[in-house]
Amino acid sequence: MTTRTAPSAPLLDLRPAPGAASRGRMFAAQTRLELTLTLRRGESVLLTLIIPIGLLAFFTAVDVLPSGSETSVDFLVPGVLALAVMSTAFTGQAIATGFERSYGVLKRLGATPLPRAVLLAGKTAAVLAVEILQLVLLVAVGFALGWDPDGGPATVPSVLALLVLGTAAFSGLGLLMAGTLRAEATLAAANGVYLLLLLIGGVVFPLSKLPGWLRVIAEGLPTAALSDGLRNVLAEGSGPGVRPLVVLAVWAVAGLGLAARTFRWE
Amino acid sequence: MAEILAVSVAGLVKTYSARSAPARSGSRRAGRQGLAPGPAASACGDQARPPSPGGRVRAVDNLSLSVPVGSVTALLGPNGAGKTTTVEICEGFRRADEGEVRVLGRDPIADAIALRPRVGVMLQAGGMYPGARAEEMLRLVAAHHRDPLDPTALLDRLDLVDSASTPFRRLSGGQQQRLSLAMAVVGRPELVFLDEPTAGLDVAGRRTTWELIEELRAAGVTVVLTTHAMDEAERLSDQVVIINHGRVVAAGSPAELTRGGAEGQLRFRAPVGLELGKLLLALPDGTTATEGPAGHYLVEGTVDPQLLAAVTAWCAGNGVLAEDLRVEQRTLEDVFVELTGSELRP
Repeated sequence: MTTRTAPSAPLLDLRPAPGAASRGRMFAAQTRLELTLTLRRGESVLLTLIIPIGLLAFFTAVDVLPSGSETSVDFLVPGVLALAVMSTAFTGQAIATGFERSYGVLKRLGATPLPRAVLLAGKTAAVLAVEILQLVLLVAVGFALGWDPDGGPATVPSVLALLVLGTAAFSGLGLLMAGTLRAEATLAAANGVYLLLLLIGGVVFPLSKLPGWLRVIAEGLPTAALSDGLRNVLAEGSGPGVRPLVVLAVWAVAGLGLAARTFRWE
Repeated sequence: MAEILAVSVAGLVKTYSARSAPARSGSRRAGRQGLAPGPAASACGDQARPPSPGGRVRAVDNLSLSVPVGSVTALLGPNGAGKTTTVEICEGFRRADEGEVRVLGRDPIADAIALRPRVGVMLQAGGMYPGARAEEMLRLVAAHHRDPLDPTALLDRLDLVDSASTPFRRLSGGQQQRLSLAMAVVGRPELVFLDEPTAGLDVAGRRTTWELIEELRAAGVTVVLTTHAMDEAERLSDQVVIINHGRVVAAGSPAELTRGGAEGQLRFRAPVGLELGKLLLALPDGTTATEGPAGHYLVEGTVDPQLLAAVTAWCAGNGVLAEDLRVEQRTLEDVFVELTGSELRP
């Protein structure tokens, strides 16, 4: 604590004492600030928490969806989990990173001892922390609405593998966009893609409702791959399936690889 | 290893294609207010030099300078002179096309990892998470350093305590500048680059900033700052480097640059129509005296105590009350205008 005794400011020892902090300390500070800022932004809370929970509650309650053999909540929870991952790892991250780049934050941090790898690790950790919050809330709301997943605890590894792979795929796309486009263009494109993938990503209605040609395209996109994979595990009680894993892995490798090559820090 | 020079730059050349040339200062101001954020946040103006026929802008043209350890050096020049480009090359943000740059004896790009803890940087604008509070931003940068200053004490020192929990985007321009300065020094660097540290500050903010820079110097920190404020360069610096069109046009201490003040001017006001011919008889050879506008007199020559005494004695002898008598010496501004033929823009 500093005590302010007189109008004169406290003495500062300005003599040089340079040195980098430990990576652990930098990582913790970076993660904490990224997470704080994400949860402070109203639009990101709307995007990552309120919209997924609202969609889950709304479509469960009004039951306009063809449920087939499942109840609608059993169909909806996996899709909304996929939407939640997309909103955090892709949309939210793309918009925030795009503006950080345009405001010179990434450039400025590049002049501190913070390594870029630690900066990215901090961003990733903040994304994962938000996803854990989303997962807990959505699962709780799902159970409250009568969700009855198949498979029990044995499905946890498959679900986590899908979520991690999905996070990698969406992060790659988000960073690719944020690192190459202007911030305003990223804002528009990230929201547009979010809406598109919400509609054709198998989130609130099955891909079988789409016309054939659109279905083929949709099945190659990461949102449908993630929601189908999660639905295979949680609603069908089977494995995640080959197609979802391959599609997500291809997007992850391509997105992260391209982002790493093209990202402009300022 | 004790280096004598904190920064040495030899034969620096940096050319931008017209397309990639850094944006002008106008967009940088807009960016600060969040109206038009763009990659422009870093930039030096290019309006001073239109692109050559090849569409290329030579921002820095065979520029050399040396900064002794522990000194304050001001890079002085108009917008677009190449100050920011020079500083950003030294900071490792840009790569020079030609020339050699050594910062604390090392290469700013190849040895960036070793240099970053030792060098503090204040960008011309931006560089903050718009939603982060002032104290959060400063604590983040402090957490990157091993033995940082106490962020609370530093905020206090820069009159930012009352704004500590204000988001960056809602800070005034002057508060943003002082926060940016705090971020440059919080890691206790050996060398700081301050790009226009007082641009947009009010009188109190300028004084606070100047005092901190003087304290940094007293603590042994090397300071390189850019400015287009003459008084700032004159007051703070051990060395002033005047840059124009990407070249160093003069370098030296403020006293060295303004020397030659022996060739001075003496001005006073008195009733209209003094007989200047008679006045000149009382003055040394080579002195001139003119009236203009009416009642305003200018004596030019070697301004020394004898000349001053001779003028006032002649006035006393003729019953003339000389008002507003003042000796004018060359200022840095005069030097700049002489050297470059152009006025510094405020």
